[in-house]
Amino acid sequence: MIGNIDLSLVDWSRAQFALTAMYHWLFVPLTLGLSFIIAIMETIYVKTGNEEWKRMTRFWMTLFGINFAIGVATGIILEFEFGTNWSSYSWFVGDIFGAPLAIEGILAFFLESTFVAVMFFGWNKVSKKFHLASTWLVAVGANLSALWILVANAWMQNPVGMVFNPETARNEMVNFWAVLFNPVAVDKFLHTIFSGFLLASVFVVGVSSWFIIKKREEWLSKRSILIASVFGLLSSLMVAFTGDTSARTIAQVQPVKFAAMEALYTGSKDAGLVAVGVLKKSDEKLITDKAVNNFVMKIRIPGLLSVMTGGSRDVFVPGIKDLIHYGDTTRNILSIPEMMERGRFAREVLDDYKRARMLNDNEQADIIRNDYFRTRSFLEENFRYFGYAFLNSPEDAIPNVAVAFYSFHLMVMLGFFFILLFILAIFMLFRGTLQKNKWFLWLALLSIPLVYICSEAGWVTAEMGRQPWIIQDMMPVSVAVSQLSPGSVITTFILFAVLFTALLAAEVSIMIRQIKSGPKH
Amino acid sequence: MKKMPEKTTPNMFARIFRFYYEGFTSMSWWGKRVWLIILIKLFIIFLVLRLFFFPDYLKKNFTDDRQRSDYILEQITKTTDTDDRKH
Repeated sequence: MIGNIDLSLVDWSRAQFALTAMYHWLFVPLTLGLSFIIAIMETIYVKTGNEEWKRMTRFWMTLFGINFAIGVATGIILEFEFGTNWSSYSWFVGDIFGAPLAIEGILAFFLESTFVAVMFFGWNKVSKKFHLASTWLVAVGANLSALWILVANAWMQNPVGMVFNPETARNEMVNFWAVLFNPVAVDKFLHTIFSGFLLASVFVVGVSSWFIIKKREEWLSKRSILIASVFGLLSSLMVAFTGDTSARTIAQVQPVKFAAMEALYTGSKDAGLVAVGVLKKSDEKLITDKAVNNFVMKIRIPGLLSVMTGGSRDVFVPGIKDLIHYGDTTRNILSIPEMMERGRFAREVLDDYKRARMLNDNEQADIIRNDYFRTRSFLEENFRYFGYAFLNSPEDAIPNVAVAFYSFHLMVMLGFFFILLFILAIFMLFRGTLQKNKWFLWLALLSIPLVYICSEAGWVTAEMGRQPWIIQDMMPVSVAVSQLSPGSVITTFILFAVLFTALLAAEVSIMIRQIKSGPKH
Repeated sequence: MKKMPEKTTPNMFARIFRFYYEGFTSMSWWGKRVWLIILIKLFIIFLVLRLFFFPDYLKKNFTDDRQRSDYILEQITKTTDTDDRKH
């Protein structure tokens, strides 16, 4: 990587961003999912006129409100960090990141803040139907807000719909629809919101189980569990489905990340999916520095990885070593050394442009701009791999395989556990044996922290798995970082750790108090 | 006979104001507590963190967009240590 960048600065800047993003993500998914669960409950209240449903809606709405209020604006800090800690990235990315975030801000402000007020202040002041419509609009608005931030994130994973302007040193959006319907954005949006629905469902099932353990609010708890389990089961099946489509997309646009998620070093046809595995670093090196992780044990499902990526057991799935040395010609994936060559050529052209500009040689600058930066072939065959110019060795393009593998497998295993949890809850409810099975009620309660771990593990897979890139193939994190003193980054890291821990403690304590006091009569 | 005073409907803005006013003044314990947290949080985020810890790096260090783009061009055309094709 670039020689004069202090690695501790890069590491601390990354740690700070990760801390902020992960804390922010503790609040978001519950908002995404609980808003819909509340809307379903209120719909039943409006249809039946049964006041118990209103009481149930208002109880869960209180917990939603606490989470929403404490989580609100925690994401703004990420935008501060872009401007301060990641200034080269912020400039380079241009309006592509700004436009979706601006739409998100406007939507969040007008849609959510207006209808959230009606949700909480509007009982008995507006008509039942208008109140219900507001609750649904909050749910839709919250999820639409998520769309825009996920579109921005997806662009970082698969940059599309833009051209680089050397004059401004920025990428400029040329196709909004390509950015919006980026295949990574579509997969990511659906996978993320359904995972939020799943998280909220586990939360409702867990809290309701606690009431049943305490022999309180049986009627309300059982109906809450029924709604959350059905909603959660459908959502978790959608999470599995979108995870599958997402894997296919990642295999194409981020093949190294895909191989790292499976700790697949040597590719093959009829490649198996590792269901469970334990890794150990071996003495073998990839090239010079990075150790190869071997499996101490693994349970493998034969052929499934090939089927997942290409629909057939005959499909070749490249491993990390293949991608370093050969790429994958069947899917037009170049080898890493080839991409490094192309990236370095792009950087040389940009450097020539920069020199011409510094010397006020406008004629030469115009020639370079027209001959290279306005030609599709240069942009698609060279500038697309610009970030590889900063790698010293092909193995620099490999993320931490153990982190990608374990976080991915933890997410998947917990995901299947929750499917089982919802099925069991529905089964026991219909058999009328729910309150007799104390073990299940405790398991449901203990699943609340597990679902948060699962949700965070998903983001760790997505973000750690794409290292070293801040923008896939175009900009590594070491180039994106601002030249700040590591001391100032460490200071703000500690400030955030304190602030977010305080917010989380406040949320948990207020929520526990409200849960203990139960639904109001 | 005395005339009954005519009932007037407050205008839309007054009704919206009253809606929010009554909502805020009749808030429950948890509502007041989370609003307090929101206000403290916004104060810390915008008046402490933003002003003192998170200036915009490029706005702070450069006066115009030309200087900023020159700086970024410099940053993204730096060569690596082992790149044998340094200029």
